[in-house]
Amino acid sequence: MMSTSFALQHKKNRLYYALLAGAGLVVLLALYAVSLMEEEGHIITGMNNQIVWGMPHVFAIFLIVAASGVLNVASIGSVFGKAIYKARAPLAGLLSIAMLSGGLAVLMLDLGRPERFMLPALDFNITSVFAWNTVLYSGMFGLVIAYLWSMMEKRMNVYSKPLGVAVFAWRFVLTTGTGLIFAFLTAREAYGSAVLPPMFIVMSFAWGMAVFHIVQMVIYAWNDKELEPEILERKKRLLGIFVLGSLYMVVAYHMTNLYFAHRMGFERFILLDGGVYPALFWWGYVLIGNVLPLALIFLPGMKTRKSAMLASLAVVLGGFAFLYVFIIGGQAYPLNLFPGYQVSSTFGDGQIGSYTPSIYEILLGFGGLAIAFIITTVSVHVLNFMPHDKSYIAD
Amino acid sequence: MSDVQRRNFLKTSVGVAAVAIAPGLLLFKVAHGQSDDDSKVRWGMLIDTSNCAEGCNECVKACNKENGLSGGLAPTDSQWIRKIEIKDVSTGHQFALPMMCQHCAEPPCVDVCPTGASFKRYDGIVLVDKHRCIGCRYCMMACPYKARSFVHAPLHDQNPDVPRGKGTVESCTMCVHRVDEGKQPACAEACPNKSILFGNLHDPNSEIAKKIRAVASTQVRADLNLNTGVRYQGI
Repeated sequence: MMSTSFALQHKKNRLYYALLAGAGLVVLLALYAVSLMEEEGHIITGMNNQIVWGMPHVFAIFLIVAASGVLNVASIGSVFGKAIYKARAPLAGLLSIAMLSGGLAVLMLDLGRPERFMLPALDFNITSVFAWNTVLYSGMFGLVIAYLWSMMEKRMNVYSKPLGVAVFAWRFVLTTGTGLIFAFLTAREAYGSAVLPPMFIVMSFAWGMAVFHIVQMVIYAWNDKELEPEILERKKRLLGIFVLGSLYMVVAYHMTNLYFAHRMGFERFILLDGGVYPALFWWGYVLIGNVLPLALIFLPGMKTRKSAMLASLAVVLGGFAFLYVFIIGGQAYPLNLFPGYQVSSTFGDGQIGSYTPSIYEILLGFGGLAIAFIITTVSVHVLNFMPHDKSYIAD
Repeated sequence: MSDVQRRNFLKTSVGVAAVAIAPGLLLFKVAHGQSDDDSKVRWGMLIDTSNCAEGCNECVKACNKENGLSGGLAPTDSQWIRKIEIKDVSTGHQFALPMMCQHCAEPPCVDVCPTGASFKRYDGIVLVDKHRCIGCRYCMMACPYKARSFVHAPLHDQNPDVPRGKGTVESCTMCVHRVDEGKQPACAEACPNKSILFGNLHDPNSEIAKKIRAVASTQVRADLNLNTGVRYQGI
């Protein structure tokens, strides 16, 4: 018996190092892609003067938005005092830091001049929401680290509640800032809407919760532990509510656009005849990202654990599909300089922009995921992030 | 140190830090918010579209030559000025005009730039400081005129008067290096029909100021209220 468990532990150890090595390799490949982009310029990516933000931004924004949303678990524990969430707050904080690191790394390494990444902090332009975001991101880092410290170090426990409240407030502002990046774009038909910041906030809840579910289930399986079905059921339902909430925001966003005659062309493009974008929107975001998880969560008779895992994976995939359509589709639709006129030029006026992501951008994106994976895996391995539940009592 | 003392110390520190930082931020805001309507010079252009011949590309060629641009037409090539062919779908009326940075008085590119690399000179010319641009491309997202290009590939044989940089954003400088020497921008000089009138919008006696008082001129996307320095006649 002893020897079997020892052998199993040995096997797990080897798997742990193999996984780390695999993720490390992905990071190395991403760095290689970045060095090529530095050497050759962005010409080796699929981005151009029309689609200026591409695949790296899809990955980066997903990670940053999910990093904020995952803290929901912590907030429900610290701010609203729910015990089962409190037990999971450290893991949520860790995931937030891991995803924020991955997302920011991608964002910075995609810059045309990544070596100047400190400039926004030094030459701060107060009217730029990008500059605000540098403060919001670094502040979030510091706050979540302090929050983790307050939860894991007994002497600091007294600060855990106020820090939890601070994190709760900060992440709202942070995701508002992410939404504002697009909301402030006055001339683009896809953006420039006040609904975007709240939409990003509700989406962050769903994406963060989905990532949390996936990681939690893997950790439990790894440690041969079983999550109490009542706890899982409650959290699964919460994910369902978040998914419904974000779907509502997306419907509101498109409905308002559809009501404005001048935005009909854009909506037609993104929802109907824009090729890859409507396909990704309906099949990727609506079907995989909403219908499938909602069915898995709310239809009676679904096996809890498996359906929770599948639903979470579907929400993450749907999130990526949504961001691809939102970011890249939104830029592919041409700017309307002369409303009511037909225009053409050598610079793509009046034409749909074309974009094919290159392997280098995709590698960079996966590099961000790998960074988040490494931070999470190593931390969970060396520190005590496993949720410890007392016997489940409904609060 | 007791908990109460520690708490008080923390409160005081935060307060002191806020008091120390706030005036700097406020001054910064005041400096940025200052109006330059009282500036004696605001360079601008009036473009007569009725004279702008379809198919003529002289302004574009002159710009490329002056600023050392390749003239390539790939989506990754820089185009600081381009000719847009326009057709009124309901009437069939067709015309063409050159489109470039409109040198807005309220430039969205300057607002969104995180480092202040995009900036507006006191004479209204909007430029990019190549040493401060980090290549985030947010200004390209924000520009309503698609006036900006990103340098996607290494550059060779640059014009020393017009420094450019791989990985940074660039756009029409209104030929600031020529204007500062008292010359016209290259496009205005090259136009065979003299359709591009360049001058000081704030000098009531300048030709451009007199003309915009006399004829009806339009700002492209005037609805955005950006107060462009480039105006069009005949749209």
